[in-house]
Amino acid sequence: MKLTDDMLAMLPDTRGHFGDYGGRFVSETLIDSLMTLEREYTRLKSDPEFQATFDKDLADYVGRPSPLYFAERLTKVAGGAQIWLKREDLNHTGAHKINNTIGQALLANFLGKKRIIAETGAGQHGVATATVCARLGLECHIFMGAEDVKRQSLNVFRMKLLGAEVHAVTSGTRTLKDAMNDAMRDWVSNVDDTFYIIGTVAGPHPYPLLVRDFQSVIGRETREQSLRQAGKLPDALVACVGGGSNAIGMFYPFLTDETVEMYGVEAGGLGIETGRHAAPLSAGRPGVLHGNRTYLMEDDNGQISGTHSISAGLDYPGVGPEHSWLKDLGRAQYVSVTDDEAMEGFRQLTRIEGIMPALETAHAVSYAMKLAKTMDKDKIIVINVSGRGDKDIQTVAELEGIEL
Amino acid sequence: MSRISGVFEALKGQGRKALIPYITAGDPAPDQTVALMHTLVAAGADIIELGVPFSDPMADGPVIQLACERALVHGTSLRQVLKMVQTFRETDGDTPVVLMGYLNPMIAMGFEAFADAAKSSGVDGILTVDLPPEEADEVAPMFTERGLDAIFLLSPTTTDERIRAISGHSSGYVYYVSFKGVTGAKGIDVDEVALKVEHIHELTALPVAVGFGIRDAETAAEVGRVSDGVIVGSVLVDTIANNQSDPEQLKRALTDLLHPMRQALDGLAS
Repeated sequence: MKLTDDMLAMLPDTRGHFGDYGGRFVSETLIDSLMTLEREYTRLKSDPEFQATFDKDLADYVGRPSPLYFAERLTKVAGGAQIWLKREDLNHTGAHKINNTIGQALLANFLGKKRIIAETGAGQHGVATATVCARLGLECHIFMGAEDVKRQSLNVFRMKLLGAEVHAVTSGTRTLKDAMNDAMRDWVSNVDDTFYIIGTVAGPHPYPLLVRDFQSVIGRETREQSLRQAGKLPDALVACVGGGSNAIGMFYPFLTDETVEMYGVEAGGLGIETGRHAAPLSAGRPGVLHGNRTYLMEDDNGQISGTHSISAGLDYPGVGPEHSWLKDLGRAQYVSVTDDEAMEGFRQLTRIEGIMPALETAHAVSYAMKLAKTMDKDKIIVINVSGRGDKDIQTVAELEGIEL
Repeated sequence: MSRISGVFEALKGQGRKALIPYITAGDPAPDQTVALMHTLVAAGADIIELGVPFSDPMADGPVIQLACERALVHGTSLRQVLKMVQTFRETDGDTPVVLMGYLNPMIAMGFEAFADAAKSSGVDGILTVDLPPEEADEVAPMFTERGLDAIFLLSPTTTDERIRAISGHSSGYVYYVSFKGVTGAKGIDVDEVALKVEHIHELTALPVAVGFGIRDAETAAEVGRVSDGVIVGSVLVDTIANNQSDPEQLKRALTDLLHPMRQALDGLAS
């Protein structure tokens, strides 16, 4: 099916559904706040002052536009299509996450909320949230799985330096999904004065819409840059998918361009066949978690499964509902690479281009290298380099048996 | 008339209020749940809310979250919970049982299969915490067709328009969440609850049961005075957690907790 602008304008529908996915599956106490948020966002979306402020912040504070860079050496090594890199790692705070936190913090300000909460996995969204809170003088609470606090200690320290209070979550699997549970619990308890900045395109409506809109700047810039620098649109887009915010930000502005293929790369962990992964689109089935209907990793009884990934940011059993819709539609392909393959991608981009990617991003790098080999030399692949790898050096050192 | 409506009718005739305890099925172990349900009835329960354990109970506080974890260690599944109700029904045909839980286990079982099994097991009502009526148009009719009551939540943040709409989708009773928070938290303000429940009574003819924050007989009586029933959860689940190793002691502890609530509520009638 060919997607048109008219079709996309209808999605999500008034109930926040993308086809069978999305929606607003939360307890009653949160409904009123979500409806207010939806109403205010709909108003502000077409408010020139709000948009101008957002654009100005992205330019002057985040440092946008981020470059689109032709990775000539990586292209040679892969031996096929040209590989270009969208450098979201060069944003302030080192990842795409800040595009969204700038947008949502502006919303919080317009709504007069002075207390901000957020969940984080790898810590990138936590740092991006703590950063905008510092800048706007807002109280900031970050919920992070105890397991992730341990493996991303650098980012924990950054958040604390920025003035945020970091709450280590010890329930459940002690990772991103549990952090999101606790953030929801905090929100329901402090709903009057608190704004919840969700970091990915999941959660109850209107969050998947908000986050996608704020992240779409990635794809819009890429479109323009590709036309200008390469003289044509990309042939393929590759992005890693945990919740899926950097991927949707890259994909969305290209959805109606039929010639542009899209690949979302999930965390294959130790291998899909081992069950120890974080790839719901590759190996899960639809269910409801964290306020939306989407593909999930779960057991036969509908209990959410533990996930495994080398990368904390992809270690999540769900995925944004718009991705579930795109998967069923066949508009985007969802694939996975293992921990080991991702590590190889990390090493290659670091050594061949001098760009150290986040372990999340390394999944996209690894898949793009494979994909490039299957495509002609005149084709163009754009990898969304969603974040930089500084935060992961401890994990990498441990894996390589190096003591820092 | 459903078993739940029958209970509220009968209580109303006697000027009494419903006592509705909640426990999580499978906590502390699946083979104790049916016995604990009978204990609750003997201690004065009018209706039982039986929690279906879920791995990610995001509307619940730590007490019920831990109960879910204890139940899931034993692999307590939705199908097993339905079997527990079936066993309970063998010796208790009167006390309504409401399953309370999250949507995903129902989706995994399949709505139709779940609704059929719930009916044949002797379940009376379904309360799905993360299913507002707007998302219930597929499953709610399956409940209604089988005579199962669909029970929805109202909260301090629910607007009048929604109170009317939600009540329209509900049967049996509506569950008023007494404060903005998770289960087991402190924060109930009885005067505020009284005002809100009085207001809800103006908007719906359904009985209004109030839950969250009711931990003792005194609060139960205060809330019972202004509502049609009180739901008591975390304090019971806490008691289960503290008496896991001794089933007989656990039954006594639950009775000691619930019985004074029963007496306090019945004291309102005289």
